[in-house]
Amino acid sequence: MTTVAIVDYGLGNLFSIRNACENVALPTIVTSDRSRILDANGLILPGVGAFGDAMASLQERGLVDVIREFAASGRPLLGICLGMQLLMSESYEFGHHTGLNLIHGKVVHLPSRRSNGSDIKVPKVGWSSISPVSDALSRRSFAGTFLEPINDGEYMYFVHSYHCVPVDQSTVVATSMHGDYPFACAVQKERVYGCQFHPEKSGPRGLKIYQSFAAAVAQASPHGHVLGARCAA
Amino acid sequence: MALRIIPRLDIKGPNLVKGIHLEGLRVLGKPERFARHYYENGADELLYMDTVASLYGRNGLLDLISRTAQEVFIPLTVGGGIRSLADIRAALNAGADKVSINTAAIRRPEFIREAARQFGSSTIVVSIEAIRRPDGNYEAYTDNGRGPTGVSALNWAKQAAELGAGELLVTAIHQEGTGRGFDLELTRSIATAVSIPVIACGGAGKVEHVGDVIEKGQADAVCVASLLHYHCFEELCSSSEDYSAEGNTDFLALRSRFSRVQSTTISAIKTEVHRRGYAVRMWESPQVTGEVMFR
Repeated sequence: MTTVAIVDYGLGNLFSIRNACENVALPTIVTSDRSRILDANGLILPGVGAFGDAMASLQERGLVDVIREFAASGRPLLGICLGMQLLMSESYEFGHHTGLNLIHGKVVHLPSRRSNGSDIKVPKVGWSSISPVSDALSRRSFAGTFLEPINDGEYMYFVHSYHCVPVDQSTVVATSMHGDYPFACAVQKERVYGCQFHPEKSGPRGLKIYQSFAAAVAQASPHGHVLGARCAA
Repeated sequence: MALRIIPRLDIKGPNLVKGIHLEGLRVLGKPERFARHYYENGADELLYMDTVASLYGRNGLLDLISRTAQEVFIPLTVGGGIRSLADIRAALNAGADKVSINTAAIRRPEFIREAARQFGSSTIVVSIEAIRRPDGNYEAYTDNGRGPTGVSALNWAKQAAELGAGELLVTAIHQEGTGRGFDLELTRSIATAVSIPVIACGGAGKVEHVGDVIEKGQADAVCVASLLHYHCFEELCSSSEDYSAEGNTDFLALRSRFSRVQSTTISAIKTEVHRRGYAVRMWESPQVTGEVMFR
């Protein structure tokens, strides 16, 4: 049976993520235990709050290396909201903090003004449409990414004041608008995925992202879940 | 960003209730059934308001939150009687995404700062229940409009925002349940004075009122109750033979006497908001697309 571990490090609404997983028939455990995380077929990194606190909390529990080790094994890892931001190299939220560095990039504050000087409310709270990034042939589609079941322009639910700026544009799967400012709202690098929005709070369309993640977990488990190989290392 | 339409469900014990003029609270049925109906029909969020402020007692409303969160995958705000950080934690642990605080915050404004620090601003909605005074100013009230405070609603809104509230839920008590429309002046004065989102509540009698409070009141989100409950009640009755026994069937008869409030749907409201040039997240019917799994 494939199981997804939801990382419990004292932050985030784990309950709603677990409900969403259950809704797509994905068994979950909520844990901060190293071996249970490393035994899981997929990992979800939730998070609400400040970047620095979250990294400190992960460090306290000895989870920074565990998450990095999990990602290196090639099994699917999904970071949600602050969990996506933690995937980046560094953040400038209340000082400067080092992240998990699974996707090269930084986390910075959303602008509070449009280019014409008018105000944009921060935190950004509410539904915003997401769009795929154009490829080399100017095609816009989520095909081949973990957002494959989503249509261009679909609305997702956001609550945030900071956003990710990935260095490598090829890791950006989707963008959204904050006023007239476009920002990366979903990233993917191999099987490391991140959403700035909350798919578990984004209605039936959001649940389709959990379905997509469940499919990735099922697909990856025969290859990624090799206990002997990890013990040998 | 899309303008949010938020059905408000007033809870008493295990029931959804709605005040109708001076007739008192009427029982409409099980809140989770209404909640699910609204979720499936395009609600952007839901608001549960405990009318007897006993949410954290033993009446099982935390269970109601849990049951709702298991089948409703949009943000759920819970309010009514939140007094402490422990109350907030209990609501969030049960599955709420945000809490709405009024009385406890007015009594001790620092509570907002403490709650925002512990749970994040985006979790803390400060509810401002205002009544228009003869001089044209608005006074904040506590306890569902029963307790005057002497505090200016506008000043309180600014202070609440500074203390770390993530959103303001602004209810005009004098309009609530009347169907005469929102208090546009109250909503606009607060929405233009703070930099956090303002949710307008109280008074919608037809879809145009919702459009007005967005266009003229500059609301970022709108709470509606009666406007939707009548229609939902009829839908639930027609879709389930046992349903009428659950709710108070006098309610439908009463409705005909209460003609100020239109019976409408979230879709109709969003169509109106969209017609006025605002972005909305249009709803999709899971029954039609057949793609979505519901348990």
